[in-house]
Amino acid sequence: MASTPITIDTINPKVLECEYAVRGEIVILAQKIQEELKNNPNSHPFDEILYCNIGNPQSLSQQPITFFREVLALCDHPAILGKSETRVLFSGDSIKRASQILDQIPGRATGAYSHSQGIKGLRDTIAAGIEARDGFPVDPNDLFLTDGASPAVHMMMQLLIRSKKDGILCPIPQYPLYSASIALHGGTLVPYYLDEAAGWGMEVSELQKQLESAKSKGIIVRALVVINPGNPTGQVLAEKNQKEIVDFCKREGLVLLADEVYQENVYVPDKQFHSFKEVARSMGYGDKDIALVSFQSVSKGYYGECGKRGGYMEITGFSPEIREQIYKLASVNLCSNISGQILASLVMNPPKVGDESYDSYFAEKNAILSSLARRAQKLEDAFNGLEGVSCNRAEGAMYLFPRIVLPNKALEAAKEAKTAPDAFYARRLLNATGIVVVPGSGFGQVDGTWHIRCTILPQEDRISAIITRLTKFHTEFMDEFRG
Amino acid sequence: MAKAMDYENLNENVKKCQYAVRGELYLRASELQKEGKKIIFTNVGNPHALGQKPLTFPRQVVALCQAPFMLDDPNVGLLFPADAIAKAKHYLSLTSGGLGAYSDSRGLPGVRKEVAEFIERRDGYPSDPELIFLTDGASKGVMQILNTIIRGSSDGILVPVPQYPLYSATIALLGGSLVPYYLEETANWGLDIVNLRQSVAQARSQGITVRAMVIINPGNPTGQCLSEANLKEILRFCYQNNVVLLGDEVYQQNIYQDERPFISARKVLMDMGAPINKELQLVSFHTVSKGYWGECGQRGGYFEMTNIPPKAVEEIYKVASIALSPNVPAQIFMGLMVNPPKPGDISYERFIRESKGILESLRRRAQLMTDGFNSCRNVVCNFTEGAMYSFPQIRLPPKAIEAAQKAGKVADVFYCLKLLEATGISTVPGSGFGQKEGVFHLRTTILPAEEDMPAIMDSFKKFNDEFMEQYEDHKGYSRM
Repeated sequence: MASTPITIDTINPKVLECEYAVRGEIVILAQKIQEELKNNPNSHPFDEILYCNIGNPQSLSQQPITFFREVLALCDHPAILGKSETRVLFSGDSIKRASQILDQIPGRATGAYSHSQGIKGLRDTIAAGIEARDGFPVDPNDLFLTDGASPAVHMMMQLLIRSKKDGILCPIPQYPLYSASIALHGGTLVPYYLDEAAGWGMEVSELQKQLESAKSKGIIVRALVVINPGNPTGQVLAEKNQKEIVDFCKREGLVLLADEVYQENVYVPDKQFHSFKEVARSMGYGDKDIALVSFQSVSKGYYGECGKRGGYMEITGFSPEIREQIYKLASVNLCSNISGQILASLVMNPPKVGDESYDSYFAEKNAILSSLARRAQKLEDAFNGLEGVSCNRAEGAMYLFPRIVLPNKALEAAKEAKTAPDAFYARRLLNATGIVVVPGSGFGQVDGTWHIRCTILPQEDRISAIITRLTKFHTEFMDEFRG
Repeated sequence: MAKAMDYENLNENVKKCQYAVRGELYLRASELQKEGKKIIFTNVGNPHALGQKPLTFPRQVVALCQAPFMLDDPNVGLLFPADAIAKAKHYLSLTSGGLGAYSDSRGLPGVRKEVAEFIERRDGYPSDPELIFLTDGASKGVMQILNTIIRGSSDGILVPVPQYPLYSATIALLGGSLVPYYLEETANWGLDIVNLRQSVAQARSQGITVRAMVIINPGNPTGQCLSEANLKEILRFCYQNNVVLLGDEVYQQNIYQDERPFISARKVLMDMGAPINKELQLVSFHTVSKGYWGECGQRGGYFEMTNIPPKAVEEIYKVASIALSPNVPAQIFMGLMVNPPKPGDISYERFIRESKGILESLRRRAQLMTDGFNSCRNVVCNFTEGAMYSFPQIRLPPKAIEAAQKAGKVADVFYCLKLLEATGISTVPGSGFGQKEGVFHLRTTILPAEEDMPAIMDSFKKFNDEFMEQYEDHKGYSRM
């Protein structure tokens, strides 16, 4: 008897249902083309694939922050800390910081499982960093260090979602971790639409409307996801807006899930990042008033350490019974990777003025952030210069999300090819130029509108060439399909 | 205020899930530690926490990968041997931007190739890197696979009793059904095929579809190493019953007897030839956390799929991609583990010395602990053939069980708490792993430093014998 218990027909249907376009179809095709180019460099009208689909800065030559890597290397191999030769290769303050960190780790053992919430001393450091940022105290016991922010998001979805009747309010467009995670945990995504015409702004009236609509369908809405700065949209919320959102959650009894992983990526002088914790506390709201989970990561910002998988969530406003359950969930996986934990503590407590490494640290940070701002502007201008394309300003994060008004002929061609029009465009773009973007349908968009998400991450000296290729492609595409 | 989240409206599956390894005993031990009491944590297989030193070579390589600016510095040779420098360059060349870039969601292709080569060397059969996924620890891999299999409560997963509670916890979280099969303590924790068949029959009579079978080889908490004959039986059983075999082989380097060396489930499967070798579905798990590496804190692991159809593999890949990628430093640890220094390499001598030192010491400690437990009143302990644990049976007198009930505790929890308070030894009660009704155990690790072992075993013996003195009335004991 043939034994095939795992087949496409017998696997968990939630697995089948969930989608994640950031590494979806277009990317798989790009990888295939990349292989073809390796074997035959002349097989395509371009030399290389340009991955603009994923917020992965160091894969596009962004350099890590030297001080952070010094400390991490010393923590990985503490045997060299006492050696005189080490002072030749490493800065004095990185040696000092590594020693400090190792002192906080039981037995100085970075290879041991830690406390399931993360090493206490590192949580103390992160708590102090959050307090310095916001001006409000943080209890280190509210922190859960995780392998990137994504596992923390999954944990919350697991706790909140009991059945398909449980709904989570998510922005449209959204980062598809949320839609995928909700699908995997068997819940319902309740969309609220960001307003493209108003710079992707968020209105509480829209939240209210969607909440009521969901309720009328028998959905129990449990939480509100806000991504600030936004992904893919890049908008940075105004404080006034944030206050309205906090009040909304408090009033409606929703857990506020604040994805703040791009908090260090703000490119416009007229906007500032304020954490939802800061906003809530500044309104006089404490643990008894609102349940808030704030997510941070080492993957973005100016540090861009995606491959390290470091991050945390700060949970406030939950009863001891719930905190026990959250702890229990965290304990099944034992702990997050120690190196990532250390990095999170460095990100939240970087070199200060007067430290030996401060000047070089600041120069590196500044160079990266100002370059990101310039690239954001250049690409935004380029998109806005294309026929039928309008692109909102990237106030923050790492992406542009231009809208493309496709001519009818293109829509028909897409229909015939059985793909969404934005996927059709993205595929053509890839085949003509090697540029990989993610079709807007992967993030959600208002029906009948089409977008692509493109990162601002390619190296600055490549941007002009990319713009040239993109412009040429788009012109030819429009020439082909203009009615 | 409307309550956003209270205990009542939490996901029921979360409430059901238990993980004793970091449960009540561990929390109490942590409390006592804060109060200043000296605690010996033997609750989890965490070698470096008990003084085992990391192997030098991998730490040198990963440190260099963390700070590649060192590679360009003329002084790097003062601190690092040439082969570590070369290895670091090799692994960096496999990444697309160093340690800080997301890798392929399945892990770096170059490392997966090295894993495949390792598997081929070990088993004598080729392995496909495309079917090897690196994960943030083997636990994540187990969760991913179980999440793929379990559709609902009528899907059952065969799990050994006693088992490592990752399985029971994950099955509960995913809303599946745990179908227990009992290992036979009197037969050195061997697997009884009759019992297995009975378990399946019973499950089916309750309307459960048995989808997969977990084997932990070497076993946790029991340490038994499966023989080739055993593995053949299991594979045939899975084949006949349309069940995927999940082979948790994370302790494959930890073998303390010579009669039953480690054989992978995959090797046995391939040896069995057609048609089973092309049809039986198997997922094998491994890690950098155990063995003689003990690099728990890195969170590095992999799973290898055999005979899983391409479309299902695609779906598993899709879910992996949502988490973007496993952490890159751990992937390098994995590469180094499957591809360690070779004879002739500068670092070879030291590497072998360190590795052998650890393994030989573990073997001695396994014996020390087994003998120590067996010398205690009312304690019977099977030899730790492999893995990292000792799982002695404690025959609790009826008065002790009564006292436990009065205190509102499960009997072995009661015993273990008393042991903790008296000696600082933090163990995990057998109830956390599953055991036959009325039979009690505790799990401890064999990891405390060798020089501390005699004192620890003396301390245990003193406590145990006093406990038995206190509660014995010579009338009867918990049965084996």
